[in-house]
Amino acid sequence: MSTATSGSSRPTTFVLGGLSSISAKLLMALTGTGLLIFVAAHMLGNLQIYLGQDKLNAYAKFLKGMPLLLWSARAGLIATFGLHLGLAVYLRRQNRRARPQGYVVDDPVETSLASRTMLTSGLVIFAFLVYHLLHFTLGVTNPATHSLTDAAGRHDVYSMVVLSFRNIYVSGAYIIAMLFLGLHLSHATSSIFQTFGLTGNASRGWYQKLGWAVAAILMIGNISIPVAVLTGMLGLPEGVAQP
Amino acid sequence: MKLTLNIWRQQGPNDTGQIVSYPAKDLSPDMSILEMLDKLNEELIAAGEEPVVFDHDCREGICGSCSMVINGVPHGPQKASTTCQTFLRSFQDGENIYLEPFRATAFPVVRDLMVDRSAFDRIIQAGGYVSANTGGAADGNALPIAQQTAEDAMDAAACIGCGACVAACKNASAMLFTAAKVSHLATLPQGQVERSERARNMVAQMDEEMFGSCTNQGACSAVCPKEISLDWIAKLNREHIRSRVAVST
Ligand code: HEM
Ligand code: FES
Repeated sequence: MSTATSGSSRPTTFVLGGLSSISAKLLMALTGTGLLIFVAAHMLGNLQIYLGQDKLNAYAKFLKGMPLLLWSARAGLIATFGLHLGLAVYLRRQNRRARPQGYVVDDPVETSLASRTMLTSGLVIFAFLVYHLLHFTLGVTNPATHSLTDAAGRHDVYSMVVLSFRNIYVSGAYIIAMLFLGLHLSHATSSIFQTFGLTGNASRGWYQKLGWAVAAILMIGNISIPVAVLTGMLGLPEGVAQP
Repeated sequence: MKLTLNIWRQQGPNDTGQIVSYPAKDLSPDMSILEMLDKLNEELIAAGEEPVVFDHDCREGICGSCSMVINGVPHGPQKASTTCQTFLRSFQDGENIYLEPFRATAFPVVRDLMVDRSAFDRIIQAGGYVSANTGGAADGNALPIAQQTAEDAMDAAACIGCGACVAACKNASAMLFTAAKVSHLATLPQGQVERSERARNMVAQMDEEMFGSCTNQGACSAVCPKEISLDWIAKLNREHIRSRVAVST
């Protein structure tokens, strides 16, 4: 039997340019995996704050020292994020159309809170991301802390972070956003394996546990930084004053 | 025992419909939900009212006709069970029970609790068959199939197409049904010839019927009267990838 005559897909009215629902889900999982790897790498980089001002500022300088790589990574991230967000909204709209009228009495058997709130948690992460970029990357929200330099003349990322997180509202926003990230990832991580068809009956439970572990590690690792600043565990280096 | 039945009444596909409450008494805990509705309908007919329309056929849990959502769960609270096999002993005396039709764009309400599930038939028509000549019964027996493979195919083939998976899914997705139907043939040697084409066409038909997509929540498998596993959805995802990259079917 040849593909040429009988193998072509039927015409579809419901799908974006012939993109099947499963293909859309595969792209969702692929972009999500990319974002997950980024978030993990980002956290590992940031945890260097515990090694002190010199190490963190050197790391920041190292990243900024490779503009080509930095900007390709940024472009890739923006595209990945945009695709993930766009597909999320697209699939949600289809799913709404698939059930316009709900039940009078509805019992969400089996489903987890995280799985039912993926779009919400995702949109909170998106809002946070915009704020995060305005805050640390572009220095729009707290310009005073953004222009510091250290003894070696490098951008003083360490002091910027410590000064920023001494503000309880800024810390609070970061902590809350990370709770939503943890929620999103607690469903998303195990979902990746199911969407790519890698799960079996025996392994599904383990992937769920792995997902919870990954979500917890990323959430706690990130939250630890504002908490360490607020509790005074991470202090300002000599010579930097509270403005 | 006594129950208050809150039943979705809808005159036809274009009627808006509403919940109507009926007090039901002198019920036996050994009655099934369908027998309870039979009794209610006799009373309604005697009173000159329209009986409640609902789908049913075998009444022994094998045909999958008896579609309805009971207190927010397709086929009711009993695990691995159909409505006809759900008995009033699963409920408390005096309880309020809500009976609603399956809700999905792909399953339009015909009347009251009855919905049109022919979208499932069209998914099957798109590829849920083997048209390769596999010979007679003797030839079938000459084809060795490992015990485990036969068991697996049988697990997928246990799907009775009742639609509870769609009714339970937040996205009204038909992934569990389509997965079971694609997989039981993809697992067996007879299904290999049309394997890629089948996966591609059945998934395309599923999308065309306006079922939603899978978000890996597992409500489908949890309410399935035949306990079809989420494994089959993982398998359908693999079959889908395979059908996209396979050079020839
Ligand atoms: C703009 C913000 C975001 C939105 C709106 C969003 C939305 C969604 C939605 C709706 C899903 C599908 C959920 C499901 O299948 O139940 C999803 C899946 C996923 N998301 Fe996000 N998300 C966002 C950001 C992120 C970030 C920052 C990460 C990584 C750290 C991430 C990782 C994932 C992963 C790994 C999946 C699993 C894909 C799969 O279903 O297999 N998302 N996201
Ligand atoms: S009537 Fe046949 S399964 Fe319930």
